[in-house]
Amino acid sequence: MPYIPHTEKDIKEMLNAIGIASVEGLFNSIPDSLKIKKTLNLPPALSEQELIHELTELSRKNAAVGEYVSFLGAGAYHHYIPSLVNHLISRSEFYTAYTPYQPEISQGTLQAIFEYQTLICQLTGMEVGNASMYDGASATAEAVLMARRINNKSKVILSSALHPEYREVVNTYLFSDGNNIREILYCTETGRTLPEAIEKLVDKDTACVVIQQPNFLGSIEDIKTVSEIVHKNNSILIVAIAEPISLGLLKSPGELGADIVVGEGQAFGNGLNFGGPYLGFFATLDKYLRQMPGRIVGETVDKNNKRGYVLTIATREQHIRREKATSNICTNEGLCALAAAIYLTAIGKHGLMEIAKLNLSKAQYLKKGLANIKGIKIAFTAPTFNEFVIETEKEPDVVIKALLKKGIITGPSLKKFYTELAKHMLVCVTEMNTKKDMDILMEGLSRI
Amino acid sequence: MKPDAARGLTMEEPLIFEKTAETRRGISIPKSDAGEVVPEDVIPMEFLREDIPGFPSVSEMETVRHFVRLSQWNFGVDTGFYPLGSCTMKYNPKINEDIARLPGFSNVHPYQPEELSQGVLRLMYELEGFLGEISGMDAVTLQPAAGAHGELCGMLMIAKYFKEKGKPRKKVIIPDTAHGTNPASSHLAGFSVVPIKEENGGVITPNAVRSAMDEDTAAIMLTNPNTLGLFEKNIKEIAEIVHKRGGFIYCDGANLNALMGITKLGDMGVDVVQFNLHKTFSTPHGGGGPGSGPVGVKKALEPYLPKPRINKKGRRFSLDYKRAKSIGKLRAFYGNFGIMVRAYSYIRALGPDGLKKATEMAVLNANYVKERLKSHYHLPYDQTCMHESVFSDKFQSKNNVHTLDIAKRLIDYGFHPPTIYFPLIVPGAIMIEPTETETKETLDRFIDAMINISKEADEKPDMVRDAPQNTRLGRLDEVKAARNPVLRWKG
Repeated sequence: MPYIPHTEKDIKEMLNAIGIASVEGLFNSIPDSLKIKKTLNLPPALSEQELIHELTELSRKNAAVGEYVSFLGAGAYHHYIPSLVNHLISRSEFYTAYTPYQPEISQGTLQAIFEYQTLICQLTGMEVGNASMYDGASATAEAVLMARRINNKSKVILSSALHPEYREVVNTYLFSDGNNIREILYCTETGRTLPEAIEKLVDKDTACVVIQQPNFLGSIEDIKTVSEIVHKNNSILIVAIAEPISLGLLKSPGELGADIVVGEGQAFGNGLNFGGPYLGFFATLDKYLRQMPGRIVGETVDKNNKRGYVLTIATREQHIRREKATSNICTNEGLCALAAAIYLTAIGKHGLMEIAKLNLSKAQYLKKGLANIKGIKIAFTAPTFNEFVIETEKEPDVVIKALLKKGIITGPSLKKFYTELAKHMLVCVTEMNTKKDMDILMEGLSRI
Repeated sequence: MKPDAARGLTMEEPLIFEKTAETRRGISIPKSDAGEVVPEDVIPMEFLREDIPGFPSVSEMETVRHFVRLSQWNFGVDTGFYPLGSCTMKYNPKINEDIARLPGFSNVHPYQPEELSQGVLRLMYELEGFLGEISGMDAVTLQPAAGAHGELCGMLMIAKYFKEKGKPRKKVIIPDTAHGTNPASSHLAGFSVVPIKEENGGVITPNAVRSAMDEDTAAIMLTNPNTLGLFEKNIKEIAEIVHKRGGFIYCDGANLNALMGITKLGDMGVDVVQFNLHKTFSTPHGGGGPGSGPVGVKKALEPYLPKPRINKKGRRFSLDYKRAKSIGKLRAFYGNFGIMVRAYSYIRALGPDGLKKATEMAVLNANYVKERLKSHYHLPYDQTCMHESVFSDKFQSKNNVHTLDIAKRLIDYGFHPPTIYFPLIVPGAIMIEPTETETKETLDRFIDAMINISKEADEKPDMVRDAPQNTRLGRLDEVKAARNPVLRWKG
């Protein structure tokens, strides 16, 4: 039996020591009526060789990005992952450890998470960050709950240009109180959240306003203007970031007035993995620390006054506060946060700024090119980073299917998220897309 | 005994920010093959950043060396015995890491067309079926990212069920043996918590449930086996009491490693259960995630599962979003797929007999450790345990040696300490879960170490209180960390 080392002799000796005649006897506390009589109906065991063979076959039933020319983004981004990231997260001292409850033998995880927290603060312009959340969407929902705890207000305003799945998750988390969620329209011309609409909706009862930067339609929001409106009403501004490579180019949300910055960290060294595991990053201002959810690593000293790190500020957490905790979260996404820290360290400050610029340059090449194709319009006027919306004459589903035949994956079609954007689709360009890819897409689109 | 732990060369390593040289470059970045844009030509200056103050600038090799050195300060399952109770730190098969990294799994975009994702959808569909079969539940969602996320999912479904029936219920019964996440998850789903106590035998009695249960109570949330490592033998009767008054049984499935192939939660009357793939199904814990917390339900709750569901029609798999009663989404996309691949592979490698054997040997290991230690450490509930047992420091406390000291001293012997001070109902708890992947020889060494520490507590208590001595750092000042929080590098 794989992974189970017991010999018959071991079993016998151990049963003797316990004073029980058979292995079945170990389960005497389970009433007989509850014991199953049949073997579980599962496929028979496979050897390692059979397993890798069968699973490799199964994996080939999926197209890996790279087999196609792909322009998919929309919250999951295909970026280059430097080789060293996988080598380092494969150090099994990292990946076979549990949450660092015993700091003397977990300093590796602890220091790396402390560095991750620092990196997230530097990028977001915030003062304190946690050790990570499940993903960008659930981090956004937790930020909304946190804002409501801080100011004891109930109304939540979401930009309609916030990722549709993020909005859905906020709705799920606020299930018992769903009537307090309002959505603000985006401007049909710029693709930005309409400041006038925010002004109209925000009032004294508003706990928080959530916008995304760049937003789901690719438009770069004017955070500062939004922040002024939000703060006039003593509400909290939450900025969600789905494509954090943009932080190498764009001013940090903190500098522009955000109170809580959350987002999806997948783009930092984590694979696409069909949507997970990813990591939610979460950062805020020092004054809100006690209301922040999630694990936090802090610096301290050992008994010899040597610097070290521990999990701290735990009195917010479920294992101590139980139902009064700031969140029910226990496991975070430690290894994904480690991958993010390694990625950011490996490319460094200049590298991150260069990659961001590279994404911008390539996206601009495609955006300009598409604008010149008859029958295609760039849908919105606001500046964009590496993603934008195009409007086609034909139904996007038809276009997407036709392109697929040419080996190009694009979209998603926005119809399923926004009824009014029936002929629109999202296009994303990263450093992984070559000029040739983009020329193929343009040629394909001009023929449809 | 001679401890496994030895002194070895580990390196001091500063924070990465302290190694930065402003203009040093790391990984090389390609030039654009599609022309270069001056950012301020397309984005207004006021939106652009000029610098990321303090951000690292180090060479590639320094990055590698930095993180390798950090890794050497960690203890993982691959380093040594890790009997962390309630966490099921079993061996993480290496082949599963390779499988999860196959490009057809790791490089698949969540929004790519379904016809290009048939393999991933099939794997998820089959894994749902496997988990349903193992637990006896009717339907399974894989969406929750962790155990506590699964608990939230389950409690939201229960809340929605009652809301739809037009009779929202406000309370949830939770035994005092429960994981802290249980009350926190219930609260997040809008419930208030009614605690009940276990009785002398360490399990919940039907009477306790009967007197707490009413028509405003939505569910009881229990763990089976419970956190004392004991089987809740009255569960069926408890389920009948709760069902009779229209409530649900939520079972925290964190301890499923004790039940596979022996009994099914579904047969006990459980209506909702969350699985911890990172415990029972061998996926690595990653130093605190990523985990995966699928949820299984009985038919009555199936309409409320998160969307999308995976459908199979003929040989084709598709994602179904048209689910009117669904609680919605708990996270973006479909769950921690990379973790599902590992769990799926584990189940395929073991097969039905292997899973049963894993449970049997996990329970054998736990009872073996319990029997051999019980004359040296106080065992508050002396009976056959399941996959783990809970001791206390009652004997050693007489010498002013406490659970924390025993845990730290174990480190000097080369073992990861058990879970300590949990469950809360056992003062000074020491919760030991060996798992099935450990040999008798390892258990014997651990037992010898525990016995030695007990002797040391008598003979050299100061030394035990001063442990660990073999680690790079001694005991850390957690009070200082909490009083003067330093939560990021400030330069």
